[in-house]
Amino acid sequence: MSMARSHVLIGIDAGTIIAGARAVMAELVNNLTRKGLADEIAVLETGSLGIAGQGVVLVVYPEGVYYANVTPADVPELVDEHLLKGRPLQRLLLAEAPKRYVIHRDKTGLLKEQPRIVLKNCGIINPERIDEYIAAEGYEGIAKALSMKPEDVIAEVKNSGLQGRGGAAFSTGMKWDFARRPESDVKYIVCNADEGEPGTFKDRLILEGDPHKLVEGMLIAGYAVGAQQGYVYIRGEYTLSIQRVEKAIADARTYGLLGTNILESDFTFDISVMTGAGAYVCGEETALIESIEGKRGHPRNKPPYPVTAGLWGKPTVVNNVETLANVPDIIKGGAAWYRGYGTEKCPGTKVYTILGHVATPGLIETEMGTALRDIIFEYGGGINNGKRFKGALVGGAAGAFLGPDMLDVRMDFVNLKEYAAVLGSGAILVMNEDTSIVGMLKSVLHFFKHESCGHCVPCRIGTAQLVEIIDRLAMSKGKSEDIDRLLHISEIMRDTSFCPLGQSPVLPISSALKYFKDEMVSHIA
Amino acid sequence: MYREPILKKYEPRLDNILYILHDLQNNNTRHYVAREDIKSCAEYLGMPYSYVHGVATFYTMFSLEPRGRYIIRLCESPPCHLMGSSSVLDYLRERLDIGVGETTDDGLFTLELTSCLGICGVAPAVMINDEMFGKLTPEKIDTILGERRKNL
Repeated sequence: MSMARSHVLIGIDAGTIIAGARAVMAELVNNLTRKGLADEIAVLETGSLGIAGQGVVLVVYPEGVYYANVTPADVPELVDEHLLKGRPLQRLLLAEAPKRYVIHRDKTGLLKEQPRIVLKNCGIINPERIDEYIAAEGYEGIAKALSMKPEDVIAEVKNSGLQGRGGAAFSTGMKWDFARRPESDVKYIVCNADEGEPGTFKDRLILEGDPHKLVEGMLIAGYAVGAQQGYVYIRGEYTLSIQRVEKAIADARTYGLLGTNILESDFTFDISVMTGAGAYVCGEETALIESIEGKRGHPRNKPPYPVTAGLWGKPTVVNNVETLANVPDIIKGGAAWYRGYGTEKCPGTKVYTILGHVATPGLIETEMGTALRDIIFEYGGGINNGKRFKGALVGGAAGAFLGPDMLDVRMDFVNLKEYAAVLGSGAILVMNEDTSIVGMLKSVLHFFKHESCGHCVPCRIGTAQLVEIIDRLAMSKGKSEDIDRLLHISEIMRDTSFCPLGQSPVLPISSALKYFKDEMVSHIA
Repeated sequence: MYREPILKKYEPRLDNILYILHDLQNNNTRHYVAREDIKSCAEYLGMPYSYVHGVATFYTMFSLEPRGRYIIRLCESPPCHLMGSSSVLDYLRERLDIGVGETTDDGLFTLELTSCLGICGVAPAVMINDEMFGKLTPEKIDTILGERRKNL
């Protein structure tokens, strides 16, 4: 194999495919071949480069120069100017390279850059090549785990302080411990990749950018808990994620990393992919289990919890994609190393999708406890088009609105709770001064009405009533009692609904009232 | 009967039901789960008709009404709303002359709404059959619709 003098990495994910990433890649390869440069310059496919909404994005190494909005027609000029003459093509340059590291602000306010954990390989390796994952120290975590006792693996994860990244923030180590304890011939590891929280696509980009990390995380979980079978439940809309995870599983099997006697141990484990069919409520772990079993995705009564009686009544661990993607490095680096990131109560990093009226929307990984201001202005590049910040919807539709006086809040599970907000799934939707809060709330409440599964009365009727009221307010025909009724109905739903879906609308409603009440009231006729 | 080979691809186990329904719907010329589809699936799995009907009606990706050749699923979640999906919806309604859940007279397009598609970086977005499109504008919608009309 000859050494290339330049590498062009193209981010291929569902978002860039829309913009024609595959066509650009084909044209690049074509053009380089025609010019006899194919041996000198390697064109490589990788996962998301972390930039969303700027068309086809590619980066040229060793310079590390980023280009955005590249079309096949731009390719000849790009090759001639940059790759032949060594002059970066100004008109396609990305104004600012994305921050693909974790920032840490010390007590004096200085910024330091730290390597990423979850997204370490995203946008660097080719996600469809297992060799590249292995070359990036992949599968060393499971190798190390297999040399440890399962109890010690669990202890390491417990000590790391890793919490469920799907939003519930439950201790991952405890969950594994609960599932390890019961005697059972069969146990399951289920990865919840039914990412449906509006504004959230971090799990999609992990699945598309580094699927082997998930496979390895599930292997470690399986070994720790004593499970033999894993399922990845991916939503049906995530076509590329499904393809890449299926390929990763097949390649891992070929390499003997899935199947019997993994790495010459007694450990046996395999993984299957399950595809959803469009139901937000299936993101709830017991509803997801029902769906895998081939039923309507209604949530179950709890207890029993899945760790004691889950899939087909067997002890089952249900973990989010990001949670599992943290595990290999925790085992490799140890709990103490992991705690070097984040806060005392919430160690580690958090992956966010930052969207809306920001200059550079995209996928980022930050330390737990990073201020909202840093996320919006350091990573998101601030508000676009010279507008002012009005607020942000943090945590998806089931999250909370935060106003300008919340910009310095430190973002972690525990701290946000004190402000009656949540980190949720890690979606940050930024709104500029022109945004209508009533319009946003309308969209949120329509979402819940659409996704209510109809199983329990408070949620089925409540979501319909909330929509009726917000529609009236949106037309500025609100009645004087409407604002109180919104809050009142959502509080009843919180107290009486069967599952988290019906319990969710109270948060966006109460937070919208907390920060933007005057604006809400102005919609009363 | 064309349904037989589709069913035979899967073991007659309940956890294959979503795969079977997806497959039956994809192979139905009207892109929906017909009574006959439900019946054959129920018989194959040894379950009552009502059970399979219950599952098929629970998940939004299945339709029990015949649909057009291209199913346009417009995202109406907050990120797309923020970037203008409601005016996209108005435009689609006008250009296609149908409401949400309806199919054009030529049987070409069905208009549906969907929750977040997870491609919020290119909001407002739609999914048309298996393909996704983002950053929609009236011109872009005209192009997309036009290309599909030409494919006839």
